[in-house]
Amino acid sequence: MIRFENVSVTYDGAARPAVRDVDLEVPEGELVLLVGPSGVGKSTVLGAVSGLVPHFTGGTLHGRVTVAGRDTRTHKPRELADVVGTVGQDPLSHFVTDTVEDELAYGMESLGLPPDVMRRRVEETLDLLGLADLRDRHISTLSGGQQQRVAIGSVLTPHPKVLVLDEPTSALDPAAAEEVLAVLQRLVHDLGTTVLMAEHRLERVVQYADQVVLLPGPGERPRMGAPAEVMAESPVCPPVVELGRLAGWSPLPLTVRDARRRAAPLRERLEGRQPGQDTAAPRTAPPAKRLFGRARKQDDGTPEPVAEVRSLAVRRDRVRALTRVDLTVSPGETVALMGRNGAGKSTLLGALVGLVAPSSGSVRTGGAVPHRSRPRDLVRKAGLVPQEPRDLLYADTVAAECAAADKDAEAEPGTCRALLGELLPSIADDAHPRDLSEGQRLTLALAVVLTARPPLLLLDEPTRGLDYAAKGRLTAILRRLAAEGHAIVMATHDVELAAELAHRVVLLAEGEVIADGPSAEVVVASPAFAPQVAKILAPQPWLTVAQVKEALES
Amino acid sequence: MREAHGSGRPGLARPRPERGTPPAGVPAPRSRRAQLHPGAWWLWALALGTAATRTTNPLLLALLITVSGYVVAVRRPHTPWARSYGAFVKLAAAVLLLRLAFAVVLGSPIPGTHTLFTLPEVPLPDWAQGIRLGGRVTAEGLTFALYDALRLAALLICVGAANALASPSRLLKSLPGALYELGVAVVVALTFAPNLIADVRRLRAARRLRGRPDKGVRGLVQVGLPVLEGALERSVSLAAAMDARGYGRTAEVPDAVRRTTAALTLGGLLGVCAGTYGLLTAAGGGYGLPVLLAGLASALAGLWLGGRRTLRTRYRPDPWDVRAWLVSASGAAVAALLVLAGSLDPGALNPGVVPLEPPALPLWPAAAVLLGLLPAFVTPAPEAARDPRKEPTT
Repeated sequence: MIRFENVSVTYDGAARPAVRDVDLEVPEGELVLLVGPSGVGKSTVLGAVSGLVPHFTGGTLHGRVTVAGRDTRTHKPRELADVVGTVGQDPLSHFVTDTVEDELAYGMESLGLPPDVMRRRVEETLDLLGLADLRDRHISTLSGGQQQRVAIGSVLTPHPKVLVLDEPTSALDPAAAEEVLAVLQRLVHDLGTTVLMAEHRLERVVQYADQVVLLPGPGERPRMGAPAEVMAESPVCPPVVELGRLAGWSPLPLTVRDARRRAAPLRERLEGRQPGQDTAAPRTAPPAKRLFGRARKQDDGTPEPVAEVRSLAVRRDRVRALTRVDLTVSPGETVALMGRNGAGKSTLLGALVGLVAPSSGSVRTGGAVPHRSRPRDLVRKAGLVPQEPRDLLYADTVAAECAAADKDAEAEPGTCRALLGELLPSIADDAHPRDLSEGQRLTLALAVVLTARPPLLLLDEPTRGLDYAAKGRLTAILRRLAAEGHAIVMATHDVELAAELAHRVVLLAEGEVIADGPSAEVVVASPAFAPQVAKILAPQPWLTVAQVKEALES
Repeated sequence: MREAHGSGRPGLARPRPERGTPPAGVPAPRSRRAQLHPGAWWLWALALGTAATRTTNPLLLALLITVSGYVVAVRRPHTPWARSYGAFVKLAAAVLLLRLAFAVVLGSPIPGTHTLFTLPEVPLPDWAQGIRLGGRVTAEGLTFALYDALRLAALLICVGAANALASPSRLLKSLPGALYELGVAVVVALTFAPNLIADVRRLRAARRLRGRPDKGVRGLVQVGLPVLEGALERSVSLAAAMDARGYGRTAEVPDAVRRTTAALTLGGLLGVCAGTYGLLTAAGGGYGLPVLLAGLASALAGLWLGGRRTLRTRYRPDPWDVRAWLVSASGAAVAALLVLAGSLDPGALNPGVVPLEPPALPLWPAAAVLLGLLPAFVTPAPEAARDPRKEPTT
């Protein structure tokens, strides 16, 4: 269905080709997953299928790409629109119209399908993707998962033979991701659609793949094969595979279910051991029960909390974003805020740095009321790395950015650069922040925020778009910061990250705190939020592969 | 190349499908089918606006504003765009206040005897003759300014009503095929404005995170460049998405047709220009109108022919039905009757300010304005409000 013959793509002005010697064939009706570290050209390969590379992006494509028999050299993207449906990383930049129903019809209108066919397909697609209740809604009022489904639906209506998806679940909470993946699987099974997708969060998708294409490094030849085979040697792999490699299972299990069936001996070996202390650093008093919150403050020995939120309520446009939220964060503690898209996680982080004014209740960060403090004072109390780290960066070069950060924070010149050097030794002074990879940009933003040495560090979705290696580096950095006494609060959908880092997990739903407790308890109690290792080794309290590894080696 | 869907030219291939027969299990999309053609709303609102320009009687203007406001209140759909009405009302109020402030500060050409108060007058140099700063403020001058501003405010509020009742993007969807791509460009621009505002907010918030003040003009200026960069990037990715979804696919048309189209359109536009010129100059009274009409006809024919190049079909177009006729007719009637009243009884529609007298409500023009309420009764009510809760994206 899709055929790459010796394809190399070189972008204008680039010294090396972005991808080289790609030679592969995706058969009809298969779900093929494209994996590899950041920057190996996954998006380039995907773009070549829809013809956007090179027709839209520029650059030179050697070799030949054919989709359903049409050569992308002679067919422009718009002439492939009826066989290829493409959904990019950001669904919002995909939408042309403003309501769900019009969006679903848009592609068919462009192709000139007769009105009765359009009508029928819109209704079918609304049902297929569970969007019937949302048909008249404005797209801007939908949640991330709903938007992603609308984006997929909008390319499905012209009945393409091939669906190309770039990170369809990265921005979604675990439940919404399952929803989207269920839809994809249904398309493959019921309609015989060929799906080619790239995704960093392998733990979510690898079990659905029929075949996996691995791009091991920039400019290296891709390898294609059955998921278990490719995963055995892949530099990126989900925790279930890592655990399988550790335990020496062969063939490698890809699903929690397969792994559980093999895990009995491992569970026996681990019997009687406890997870090491690597993730549980200070483990201060268990989270305050709301009733005793005030009484506990008098206790000596409890460090002064770096942030305290009491019965906080936030309303925006008559919508309750948060209701009666209580949260206390102690120094050295890492808290993960979890919950579905729109549960109020970002609002809570915003309230802690004064971006959001409380409607009632109180917020204190390092003893100050954040939304009344001057920004200049507040940066020394709390720092937030926003979801899009680029928002924090203004300058043209890394060096200028660091100098500006020193000035903003009134720190010694060179503080930020030194910090950055520790966090990310390889970064060049004259690089433009825009040209950095996601992980490098995040680290730069982190260094900028840390320049003022805030005791409270807030992160919003830090692992979005990061590959496993970048995530591993981030985890190490954050763990070190926590050990140095920084309190960290992060909003995340990444259950593996939460399991690895957080001492405490706070679950939010509809703006209320529905669970607050040690990670092991909260995370394991909920099937949606449990990490893979916890699911495999339940009822034993293991959360990460690192813990298991350490226990086995000791 | 289009083997999969080669069913011929749009709109000609098949009879109109039966409406209202969605597959079982789908709740009937009530609101969608009940929507009135957006053009009808715009005609109605613009006709009310035209009526507003015909009078300075504050009672009639207030009645016009009330009529349009009432219809908006009961018939506006629950979409984000509909909230723009509030913005227009605020703009109208601002215009009103500004006009009054100018009348106070700069004085008014209206002679008046009722001095309300006297501001200290600023002496101006000779070259600024005819301009006055400060001085006497008369009741007559203020009243005149108020009437005048009220007329402009009523016009603005009518445009706001049109915006609230049918968003311009819906209106643009009804454009003829040849102008479709232009329409899409405008729609995209319209959806970008709210995105741009959201970007500015986000980046100003980010400034706060850097420890810089997030208020003030400087803050706004410094986020300008990143905001523009972001907008540019988004446009590029939107353009890519649109291209990949088939935007701009064209049908093959014979060269002859293409040339005829160009000739018709170009000739038509020239004709329109010449005709308008003829109408406006004293000499061209004889040939102006026919040339204008011929030019229009030729341009329209060009558009129609040009539409054959686009393959595009239309999904569930809003039908122009009896209600649409009624709504646009009610607006047109208001405008026509007020124009008529203006020529029959100019005094009642433009109450004098010198000497100052309380405005009287002329009865039958007022009754005519009330005709504008018709849409509140003949159009279907918008769907009950949903929970407007936005599930924010991450």
